[in-house]
Amino acid sequence: MHIHFTDQYHEGESLIHRLDPRVKVILTVTFILTVSLTPFGAFGSYVMLFALLMATAVSAHMAPIYLLKRSIIALPFALAAITLPFTVPGDTLATVPIFGGITISQAGTIRFVSILIKSWLSVQMAIILVTVTPFPAVLWALRALRLPSPLIAIVSLMYRYLFVLYEEATRLLRARAARSATVDGVRSGGSIVWRGQVAGRMAGSLMLRSFERSERIYNAMLARGYKGQLRTVAHSHLQTIDFLVGTVTVLILLTILLFARIW
Amino acid sequence: MHHKIEVRNLEYTYPDGRKALHGVSFSIAPGEKVALVGPNGAGKSTLMLHLNGILEGKGSIHVAGLELSDKNMGQVRAAVGLVFQNPDDQLFSPTVFDDVAFGPLHMGLDEATVRRRVQDALAAVGMGEYIERNSHHLSIGEKKRIAIATVLSMQPEILVLDEPTAGLDPRARRQLINLLHELDMTMLVSTHDMPMVPELFERTLIMEGGKVVAAGCTCELLADQALLQQHGLEL
Repeated sequence: MHIHFTDQYHEGESLIHRLDPRVKVILTVTFILTVSLTPFGAFGSYVMLFALLMATAVSAHMAPIYLLKRSIIALPFALAAITLPFTVPGDTLATVPIFGGITISQAGTIRFVSILIKSWLSVQMAIILVTVTPFPAVLWALRALRLPSPLIAIVSLMYRYLFVLYEEATRLLRARAARSATVDGVRSGGSIVWRGQVAGRMAGSLMLRSFERSERIYNAMLARGYKGQLRTVAHSHLQTIDFLVGTVTVLILLTILLFARIW
Repeated sequence: MHHKIEVRNLEYTYPDGRKALHGVSFSIAPGEKVALVGPNGAGKSTLMLHLNGILEGKGSIHVAGLELSDKNMGQVRAAVGLVFQNPDDQLFSPTVFDDVAFGPLHMGLDEATVRRRVQDALAAVGMGEYIERNSHHLSIGEKKRIAIATVLSMQPEILVLDEPTAGLDPRARRQLINLLHELDMTMLVSTHDMPMVPELFERTLIMEGGKVVAAGCTCELLADQALLQQHGLEL
């Protein structure tokens, strides 16, 4: 049984695939920063940012449909802003006839729609990053960009063991299912309290197993000379094309930002 | 330059008070391949964890011409390649390359040397093409061989393996035995795979209850039915 739910990387040959992972990480972060710095309601800029996004996807041979499908994941988080149309003061757009009438303001609606679009744009760029860069290369880039090493170690080990943990949990659930039998004429399943206890013990057992595993992994690391610092070799070296693409993209982003701020 | 491994009167008590080793003594000559057999709970794995200082008990251990102490732990860990039973514990990096490079990188070797050693180690276990792979997607047999490569890349004096054939299907087991046969190194291998013992190891240690209860030529020990039965072993 194999689960691939964190492996988003798609093998490919394109300029975007070949870029240095550090440049890709920096450009992604810069793009997201630009998106968050554009003011509310600057819809012209959103269109330009979207065009830039699509241009990136197309030159990486990604189907826009794939990107759109994956980006739905941003929706639930953006819904946190759903109260804005009701709470931000401004010209009234409409009144909802509940609780004696709640008003929807225009300013609030613009703000809500802007947040929706912005988070959607940001998530899509992050999706492009992990689709065109192998995850170990992203980790290396973050390390090369001096992110705190414990943080990277945590992400790196999580990437390796998330699968293992998931399989462990699946085995536990399967063992329970295999013994969850019924007898004709007898109510099966036990009381809700009992079932809760069983589930709780399973979670506890998973936690204990993970704890023991972490001990064994740490021993395996010590045995090979670990002294508190994960080390890797360089994945790639910066080429002229990296500087070129990096500079051009940053300039485009700056222009869009200026345009949004001045307009 | 390879050295004798010498363990004298090693005693160890777990933090919970359970005594695991009661004065273990043995030695292994350079180039010798030695089997370590005995029932579960005999202290085999505990003993192995002592050989490069992960656990520290009372008694003396000489490895790589040094008496093991906190000061020379680094040298000792470079000299003893310890391979754990579960390859999922041994392979903790995102890619096979990172895992095999882990030891050499910690030894402070330069990048070119690290890359060469990784390639050599993977080639030695017949897994050269797996260098860019993610360990999660490999079979147990493949993982076991890569786990061995992760210590071969450190070029140790002695290979210490904990149940290398456990959980393997017959074909993967055969490949692993052939691999151990080809590796011209000093080895201490704990195992329950008794048919493998006379095939690979000139000498055998039998452990039970935290002690080495018998040591000697494999052919003699395995011929002694009364001894094997006494310690819950059979061929």
